[in-house]
Amino acid sequence: MDLSTEYLGLCLPHPFVAGASSVGDEVDRVRRFADAGIAAVVLRSLFEEQIHHEADAHHAAAFGHADAHGEASSYLPEVDGCAFGPDEYLAHLAAVKRAVAIPVVASLNGCTEAGWVDYARRLADAGADAIELNLWHVATDPRVSGAEVEDLAVATVQSVVGAVRIPVAVKLTASHASLPHFAARLVAAGARGLVLFNRAYEPDLDVEALEVKTHMEWSSQAELRSRLRWLAILSGQVPTGYAASGGVHRPLDAVKAVMCGAHVLQLVAAVLRGGPSAVGQMVAGLRDWLLTHGYTSLAQLRGSMDWHRAPDPRAFERGSYMRLLQTHRMT
Amino acid sequence: MVEQHTVTVDANEAVASVAYRLSEVAAIYPITPSSAMGELADEWAAKQKPNLFGQVPSIVEMQSEAGAAGTVHGALQAGSLAVTFTASQGLLLMIPTMYKLAGELLPFVMHVAARTVATHALSIFGDHSDVMAVRQTGFAMVCAGSVQEAQDLACVCHLATLRARVPFVHFFDGFRTSHEVAKIVPLADDDLRALWDPELVRAHRDRALTPDRPVLRGSAQNPDVFFQAREAANPFHAAVPQAFADALAAFAARTGRGCRPYEFHGHPQAERVVVVMGSAGATVRTAVDALVARGERVGMVQVRLYRPFHVEWFRAALPASVRIVGVLDRTKEPGAPAEPLCLDVVAALAGTEASPRVVGGRFGLSGKEFTSAMALAVFTHLAGERPRHGFTVGIVDDVTHLSLPWDQDLELPIPGATEAVFFGLGADGTVGANKNTIKILGDATTQHAQGYFVYDSKKSGAMTISHLRFAPQRFEAPYLIRRAGFVACHQFGFLERFDVLAFAAPGATLLLNAPFPAERVWDELPLEVQQQIVQLDLHVHAIDAAAVATAAGVGGRINTIMQVCFFALAKVLPLAAAIAAIKQSIQKSYDKKGEEIVRRNFAAVDLALSHLHEVRRPAGPPTGRQRPPVVPAAAPEFVQRVTAAMLAGQGDQLPCSAFPPDGTWPTATAQWEKRAIAQQVPVWDPAVCIQCNKCALMCPHAAIRAKVHPAATAPKVLPAVAWRGQEFPDHAYTIQVAPDDCTGCGLCVQVCPAKDKQNPRHKAIDMVPFREVAERERARFAAFLDLPELDRARVAKLDVRGSQLLQPLFEFSGACAGCGETPYLKLLTQLFGDRLLIANATGCSSIFGGNLPTTPYAKDRNGRGPAWANSLFEDNAEFGLGLRLSVEQLAQRARQLVRVLAPALGDTLAAGLLADTKRSEAAIAEQRQRVVALRARLADLPVPEARELAGLADHLVQKSVWLVGGDGWAFDIGFGGLDHVLSMPHDVNVLVLDTEVYSNTGGQASKATPLGAAAKFAAKGKAVDKKDLGLMALHYGHVYVASIAIGASDAHTVRVLREAEAHPGPSLVIAYSPCIAHGYDLVFGADQSKRAVQSGVWPLFRYDPAHAERGEPPLVVDVPAGSIPVAEYMRNEARFRMVEKIDPAGFRRYASGAQTAAQRRIAVYQHIAQLRFPNAAPAPTVAGPTVDTSNPQE
Repeated sequence: MDLSTEYLGLCLPHPFVAGASSVGDEVDRVRRFADAGIAAVVLRSLFEEQIHHEADAHHAAAFGHADAHGEASSYLPEVDGCAFGPDEYLAHLAAVKRAVAIPVVASLNGCTEAGWVDYARRLADAGADAIELNLWHVATDPRVSGAEVEDLAVATVQSVVGAVRIPVAVKLTASHASLPHFAARLVAAGARGLVLFNRAYEPDLDVEALEVKTHMEWSSQAELRSRLRWLAILSGQVPTGYAASGGVHRPLDAVKAVMCGAHVLQLVAAVLRGGPSAVGQMVAGLRDWLLTHGYTSLAQLRGSMDWHRAPDPRAFERGSYMRLLQTHRMT
Repeated sequence: MVEQHTVTVDANEAVASVAYRLSEVAAIYPITPSSAMGELADEWAAKQKPNLFGQVPSIVEMQSEAGAAGTVHGALQAGSLAVTFTASQGLLLMIPTMYKLAGELLPFVMHVAARTVATHALSIFGDHSDVMAVRQTGFAMVCAGSVQEAQDLACVCHLATLRARVPFVHFFDGFRTSHEVAKIVPLADDDLRALWDPELVRAHRDRALTPDRPVLRGSAQNPDVFFQAREAANPFHAAVPQAFADALAAFAARTGRGCRPYEFHGHPQAERVVVVMGSAGATVRTAVDALVARGERVGMVQVRLYRPFHVEWFRAALPASVRIVGVLDRTKEPGAPAEPLCLDVVAALAGTEASPRVVGGRFGLSGKEFTSAMALAVFTHLAGERPRHGFTVGIVDDVTHLSLPWDQDLELPIPGATEAVFFGLGADGTVGANKNTIKILGDATTQHAQGYFVYDSKKSGAMTISHLRFAPQRFEAPYLIRRAGFVACHQFGFLERFDVLAFAAPGATLLLNAPFPAERVWDELPLEVQQQIVQLDLHVHAIDAAAVATAAGVGGRINTIMQVCFFALAKVLPLAAAIAAIKQSIQKSYDKKGEEIVRRNFAAVDLALSHLHEVRRPAGPPTGRQRPPVVPAAAPEFVQRVTAAMLAGQGDQLPCSAFPPDGTWPTATAQWEKRAIAQQVPVWDPAVCIQCNKCALMCPHAAIRAKVHPAATAPKVLPAVAWRGQEFPDHAYTIQVAPDDCTGCGLCVQVCPAKDKQNPRHKAIDMVPFREVAERERARFAAFLDLPELDRARVAKLDVRGSQLLQPLFEFSGACAGCGETPYLKLLTQLFGDRLLIANATGCSSIFGGNLPTTPYAKDRNGRGPAWANSLFEDNAEFGLGLRLSVEQLAQRARQLVRVLAPALGDTLAAGLLADTKRSEAAIAEQRQRVVALRARLADLPVPEARELAGLADHLVQKSVWLVGGDGWAFDIGFGGLDHVLSMPHDVNVLVLDTEVYSNTGGQASKATPLGAAAKFAAKGKAVDKKDLGLMALHYGHVYVASIAIGASDAHTVRVLREAEAHPGPSLVIAYSPCIAHGYDLVFGADQSKRAVQSGVWPLFRYDPAHAERGEPPLVVDVPAGSIPVAEYMRNEARFRMVEKIDPAGFRRYASGAQTAAQRRIAVYQHIAQLRFPNAAPAPTVAGPTVDTSNPQE
């Protein structure tokens, strides 16, 4: 059974990729997953804003009290190499690259135009096989339109694609007025892959302390459905590589996502819960399903249920249950 | 371009560079002002910088200077080249070992930044009282007088000691030389190599202790041989001067820089000669030159080789024409016929033909300024008919009338010099920028440069004054600038409090950082400043640097902005070149902190000039408002007369009679120093407040307070709300900020749990801009102070809420904003303040607790309050024990006298006085009333016992003795004493304010530093975990031991302090104390304390021997740990995070190790917590009253 797939120009033996998570945090861990057969690994995002904040905090800690008292010119030791830039991430990326033969995809969330481009370039220089741009953005300003947000995102993709030679994917959120239009613009801007979807920290409330708590939970299988919808709608109309991220927990989930057009499946909860052995189980499960259902390759499966080919494409569009009588077949 | 390679460094760095390269082992211990030498050595070793022999020296930090001395002793005996650096008390701790080093003829150099030895007071500043205390040890002693000379003589000493086999003390003036930044010619490795004699090293190694050639050293000798053996070493000591002179000659031949062991300067037929050591030599030389130019026959001898004192060479240095010699000593030896150098000179000149008259005088104690005018005064004095011996110069002695008058307006100018003075805030980076300016000018031009920096005593909102000089020729001017051509005031508020323009020369340029548009600046200036500007015809420029900094995103760091303005106005360098150099140094300094920081600082530089404006003087006479008085009229007489002068920077003008001669100082003075340093202050909303008092508890400066007061008489100006408590019906409750005393740290708001239900962003207290509310809050705080204080005995429950209704007797200290130590001390004073004696180890808590001009310990309405004293760093436990023993003894004597006088006093009163067994507030109040009654009766008893008892009566009220200090004291230098005191049964309470580093001297590692934390001497992360002091102490069994963290559990803290005080034996409380050396914004100190506890790195526990007596487990772990990983705690602090940045794998190891260590520690505690000791014996206690901790009203 040919499970091979191509994503971001990378030829992968099967579609299971470790999504951005703690899997990529330690070299040994990546090595264990690579040994277990994972096709590629996406590292967690490098957050430019976080780097700035930490640099500011460290700068304040190191210099805020310097030369202020006769008995001490400083309160922290002076050490070389304590740089608050992307170096830590880059070094880790390079170490992961050295340790494993599988493709390593770096992920980036910038906050300045220069940061997006500069950091992307450095990720490429550090050996990333591809970059996933994490365009997570929560619009809070009522004066900024959705079009402006999208224009900025497209411009960012254009800048990054122009700055690096490695393939660039874009990780999306589902909250766009017209995701197909936005996706088409991103691809036109040079994105060679779209990742559906980002799962970010979500707010929760502590009603006793009257505080907002940020929270991250592993995805549930239920989350797969929104991915299926948009994979199906986009993959048939906006040709590029597609990754399903979120909700792929079992081989059958993978089957569905590929049917809707996914080239790869980013696993997080499944591999964090199951460990490296989960990779083999997913691959075997997918293979078995294909065999038992008479498919000859993964390619045959891909997109077979997308918006163009699904017997009832409107089902992807429906927002609520429609009664039978409201549904009639146009003849 | 410069002709010779130069560097701009201070003497500490210059000396350390030589010492590091010529040494194999360095054992050190931090002490001001020498700490930087050890720190640099450690930093270089951490960076794998090799010494001259291609090896990275072994640098170890010891538990004390005594330990450092012992370690170098061992290293030398085993054949290494060893070095150490120290000062002051540290040097004194080395004395026993110094005798050994000299007695065993070990080649060794100890570099000393000479500093005052504590007498009536501690002082960190320079004089020779420390080095003079080791002149008898057998060490050779060499004194350098400038930064260049300190570097050069450091090298010469290292060469000479190998030749002579006698150890050397190489010393230079603390701060004045150790911290002066100057342009010098550095010693290259090739220079050192050329001067180095490997054969001498080989000889040293050949003498090393080794089992391959076994010998014995350190024998015990008897009267038959000791004396002779001691004298047998005479030739070695006798040969030292020549060895030193030979090394000097070799050095001069190599470098072209030479000096002599005793160097005369002046008229060849000088009649009056001053003999001096150290930096003052340059000052005297300046005076000599001026006098010789006037035709006077004067001269001076600079003594560089002090021990051995070579009589012939000294005599030879003096012209035969000399008729009187004035010897200036920078030390004081009460009771001696003269100070040490003077006695040496007298001895040297004794018996010479026509030996000149010798008079001695003292100058410059504790870094007191010594100016050319003072030197001239000495020459004038020597010209008198009967010059007085034992004079002083530089002060006004109106007690013993020994001081010489000097012309305070006289200055001897440095030809062609540019002089600039900058007033800055400690946190605004002014000093750093000025050091950089010196470097820029030193490196980029042929100008010679000098920088000296004066700091005040505060750790928050401190003022710095930078003195910068530049001149085309080499110059030495080891004194402050008095009339500068450029004066900058980087904090506009200083103009209100200090006479900034006293430093301005006529026609000078004045640069102001003013938070106003340029056109408003003139009107905002105080009248006195306006008048000075007019009178001196100053050219005034202003910039709103804070606005520029905000626009550029560099926060409060206005340093580079003001630096650009300096270069633009002072024109000491083409502006474009200066800006390029500033940017280059920004890149170098900040690049490793992050590219964004560099970008923003560049933006600040680029924005600066467009915001710099000239301030035009309006026509007509100045019309500004007058400066407020330094202290209000309500301040006590002493504060008006003495403290106010010190606060105004006029302390130098105070005469001897102004001061108590024994170091006694009034408390409660911080209240008179209104610094107004906060940018934002908290403001209370009574409608939201839940009256928990957590804000007041956590405030490090007692600047936000709670009061319960009669509602009927509540002043209208003061917000108040009905008190929610049963014990004070008809009372109101108020929370009030002291706006001028708040540092704006924000801790109070951070810990406030009360949020507006409609708008939870609004709390019961919110930070608001100071300027918006200053006047209103001042009025409110004045009204708040006028409210009556609550009667201690009426507070039902001394918990968090109740304790904060009591008056804090520790207020407005100069501690850092957000300090983690001071909340404990404040609480201590609220709980026990009116009967509290504190023995305070040297360190942060002694500096913010006792550094003049004002001190934070206060008094209650009865005039009672903490009595506080600092003995030393190392002896605090013993000192505190002494206080306790004395208190017990006097109380016992008082009780004895009560028994004797009982028939006359009446049985009821006597029985009541003797039966006092409680420590509840109500019981204490009752006992105080009995003491009042006792005094009344004693007044009518005409017997000696009555008089004696009247003097001791207050001892019938129990005292609470607390031994306070940091981890450097308790874990390291004072541990031996602490351990011994804890091993005894006496009722002392130990409060360890554990910041996990030596905070006061700049964050050096202690044994309390946790695993993986970066600290000085542990730059890559401490390799072993902290000592578990609590566990060690609880093994005694009779010691109450507890670990507290007020930010994590305030209720636990209050409970522990009360239990510790109530425990009739010794108690040890170790308090988690967030510190700036941890590397995070201390507004989050309480949050981080919680993480420390939750992760298990700081378990909260109590070990109470009384529990064991009752057959219960003596240890209680109060808060379950382990709810978050240790790494999560660690990643919030730069001290750990920087280790992760430089060594991610190492960090993971440390984090894992710390996790394991925390789990093990908890496991041990939990194990002990389940123990029930069989046959529990009563804990040993000193005979005395039993104790009941309960308050009867509870």
